[in-house]
Amino acid sequence: MPEGSATPDPVLGTPEKLQIVPRSRLVVRENVLADQVFRGIVMLCGLAVLAIVGLIFFELVNQSHLSISKFGLKFLVKQIWDPVAEDFGALPFIYGTVVSSLLGLIIAVPLSVGTALFLTEICPRRLRAVLSLLVELLAAIPSVIYGLWGIFVLAPFLRVHVQPFLGRYFGWTGLFSGPKYGWGMLAAGVIIAIMILPIIASITREVVTAVPRVQREAALALGATRWEMLRMAVLRNARPGIFGAVILGLGRALGETMAVTMVIGNRPEIAKSLFAPGYTLASAVANEFTEAVGNLYLSALMEMALVLFVITLIVNALAGLLVWSITRGMPARALA
Amino acid sequence: MLKPLHTTSLRRRLSNWTALGLITLAALIVTVPLFLILGTVVFRGLGALNWAFLTQIPKPIGEEGGGMGNAIVGSLLLLGFASLIGVPLGIGAGVFLAEYGRNKFGNVVRFTADALNGVPSVVIGMTAWALVVVPQKHFSLLAGSVALGIMMIPVISRTTEEVLLLVPQSIREAALGLGILKWRTILSVVLRTASAGIVTSVMLAFARIAGESAPLMFTAFGNEFWNMNPDQPVASLPLQIYKYAIQPYEQAHAQAWTAALVLISMIMCTVILFRFIVGRGTIKGAS
Repeated sequence: MPEGSATPDPVLGTPEKLQIVPRSRLVVRENVLADQVFRGIVMLCGLAVLAIVGLIFFELVNQSHLSISKFGLKFLVKQIWDPVAEDFGALPFIYGTVVSSLLGLIIAVPLSVGTALFLTEICPRRLRAVLSLLVELLAAIPSVIYGLWGIFVLAPFLRVHVQPFLGRYFGWTGLFSGPKYGWGMLAAGVIIAIMILPIIASITREVVTAVPRVQREAALALGATRWEMLRMAVLRNARPGIFGAVILGLGRALGETMAVTMVIGNRPEIAKSLFAPGYTLASAVANEFTEAVGNLYLSALMEMALVLFVITLIVNALAGLLVWSITRGMPARALA
Repeated sequence: MLKPLHTTSLRRRLSNWTALGLITLAALIVTVPLFLILGTVVFRGLGALNWAFLTQIPKPIGEEGGGMGNAIVGSLLLLGFASLIGVPLGIGAGVFLAEYGRNKFGNVVRFTADALNGVPSVVIGMTAWALVVVPQKHFSLLAGSVALGIMMIPVISRTTEEVLLLVPQSIREAALGLGILKWRTILSVVLRTASAGIVTSVMLAFARIAGESAPLMFTAFGNEFWNMNPDQPVASLPLQIYKYAIQPYEQAHAQAWTAALVLISMIMCTVILFRFIVGRGTIKGAS
């Protein structure tokens, strides 16, 4: 092609330009640079996730510095909560958090595992979509609305119908005695149970679905009834995963704030009876933080948030490992 | 006539039916609270629902009327500002996990994102308080948005990762084979293909944070009046519900139920609306 006769291509430019070797090398280098810049940007976003968790930890430690240096480890085992005398101990809150969460688990685990089994094994196909949507909707209801419902519907119901019954027949255990307010530890446990049902059910469903079909067929072929098949083939195989789902539910339960604040009664006491009011780490922080005066008071509340943060991190990490072991085909038995 | 060689014993059959019955019963019981709660919210909420409620600011305690217009707008503003933080960082981290994250560092980020997802919202609220409110010395819309934005990141990034991994590898290879650079491939081909899924992930994050009240208590705080200034405290629906619920007045309770109805409808409507838009394909190209 004679020089000058070619019309310049709108994209490539004139042919002469393309022949200049150094320039095209430059273009390649620019392109590599562009790729690396993009990679750097998304990597920064990934780093941001790490940074945020680090920052949460740092800020909590930083802000609770006063309380940590004043009370030390005793903070975790002291029962006193006296803002006036500026003497703080987190034991009643830790107790309330653990008891209300365990109560929630005791109610929620059988129901949600049952629901997951029903959805995967028994439910007719057409009903399945509707039912799983309903369970998901339960998860979409805001915590504060659970609390509202807890105050005005659940607590009066418990007071009038459930607590007298429990008190009469199970009062001798000491767990169901004392004045019947409606609200208190029991109400908090029930609300927590309802709130963690969806997450336990959906993860249990996932791990149960991951159990190989062959296992079920083998059990049925050996003459097992449906329930025997579920028990021997499905539940036994999915056990570590279900355990993981339960632990994940526990993580949610421990950190549940608004709904619990609204029904638990907010009194830092350790009482044996589940009718009695209690207090949790999360609800204390939410309830008292804006009203707290004095640096030590603020710092003590911050330290409670720190305790909560560390506990939920450990619990969630444990749960993640367990669920992962089932759904990603790792040797699950090693973990269980 | 042939008889079966072996019949299941009565005891085994009984335990089978009992167990299956109990499982079915569990599923039934689980749906009860949903209907009870939704039913109560609609039943008690409709009473005080009117135009004034949606457009006016709260009247002083004891006076009739008034509404939660400022809280509704405040909630929307909080969502908007939170997504300025949460959406880019979340999608970016998701892209990183899906396209560059098949290594040890990626696993660390993945694990941390899951951990962040499990951190109680009230703890994130306190962090935002320490980060924004303490240096500024006053509550603000901005502080609330930081708390909510942080909460959006893990939800969006993990869901984005999942939908990006669903995009077939062959599409990436086709684009790269045409000489398109990797960053262009990811932005214009991979993200575009997965745009519906990414919008869904953002919606999931909205549904998660729209009802949050605990992290807003000491960040956005609340406001009895209209506020659009990011530097000032702002009212929000969930927090308003809480404040009205713990007041000892019948009228406040009625308004709390109505606010609950509005909040639940907003959450469900957003989800349904965006499902509809995504289904129609009007949202295209996340780049």
